[in-house]
Amino acid sequence: MNSKPYVREVSKTTWFLSHPRYQRYMAREVTCIFIMAYTFLLICALGSLADGPDAFQEFLNALRGPWGVLFNVAVLAATVYHSATWFNVTPQAMPIQRGEEFVPGHLIVGAHYGVWAVVSLIILVWGM
Amino acid sequence: MSELQKRQIQLEVLRYNPETDTAPRYQTYSVPCLEEWVVLDALNYIKDHLDPTLSYRWSCHMAVCGSCGMMVNGEPKLACKAFIHEYKEGQIKVEPIANFPIERDLVTSVEDFITKLASVKPYLIPKEDKPVSAGEFKQTPAELKKFKQYTLCINCMLCYAACPQYALVPEFLGPAAISMAHRYNQDSRDGGRDQRQEVVASDEGVWECSFVGACSEVCPKHVDPAGALQQVKVASTIDWYKEHLMPWMKR
Repeated sequence: MNSKPYVREVSKTTWFLSHPRYQRYMAREVTCIFIMAYTFLLICALGSLADGPDAFQEFLNALRGPWGVLFNVAVLAATVYHSATWFNVTPQAMPIQRGEEFVPGHLIVGAHYGVWAVVSLIILVWGM
Repeated sequence: MSELQKRQIQLEVLRYNPETDTAPRYQTYSVPCLEEWVVLDALNYIKDHLDPTLSYRWSCHMAVCGSCGMMVNGEPKLACKAFIHEYKEGQIKVEPIANFPIERDLVTSVEDFITKLASVKPYLIPKEDKPVSAGEFKQTPAELKKFKQYTLCINCMLCYAACPQYALVPEFLGPAAISMAHRYNQDSRDGGRDQRQEVVASDEGVWECSFVGACSEVCPKHVDPAGALQQVKVASTIDWYKEHLMPWMKR
């Protein structure tokens, strides 16, 4: 057979622009950068703590400034989006079969939000 | 049917003739469509009345055979399940299923998928042979329900067309093949998981998946391949921990 199949090239850099579902995926993945940045901030906190009380106070003052607050709000928003998008797909990754039927997905998702709320509350109360 | 129920639809169809063309081109056909038609009916109208040279695959016209997967306005769809009335603007772009080489017009080369599907041994490998006289392999309704959803796969490859990982890394085993492996792994009568894991848990296997979830969004049979792949990842991770942290525990 005189066959000459035509291969359509896919852009390695702009492929995700072609469909909203790919953009949603990239949005979820990009939130990792915010979480990484916050981890870096924690390392900086440890660094300033090691430098002594004055350095740590200076670090805390910087955090209370407008840029520090803005950074924290941005990271919080990204982390909430990151967590919510992952919680919402947990029934697919961790289906639970009881007897013949599968546990409804919203119960599995709900349990994740429940545990999240409880853990957040404990940390909040403990940190006060 | 009266003429009043017809709507003139502009079908922009990708054409490619491997003998004369160096690249695909688009050809627009004006098709008088009935409102209850699907895109496949419109293609059949073109073939019968406008242009007999148009090539495309189809067979059952009822979303069972999995032959007529195409890109309809950029979305992976079965042409027999893509209703004309859902395309209000009256213009429909039809292209061959994405991520597969175009053989001619809307026909793609599917060898890659067939090879990958065969590599996961998508059939029952009984735990032990037993003679027919020993009777059937019994299964409870709960055991059946555990994998039944995955048996609905019709190998239409829409999941491969939607998967950006497969588009970027063609070596990726892909959603349907891994879902099929999972289907048999989950079957209480099967004992072939170790044989399948060699391919499924390799670098080009399930670990290429980054859970975009597009496969499950486009699956016409609600198989949820993305779910299957995440479950395979969980099981493969447990394997790894058992092997490295608890080597005394035989799987």
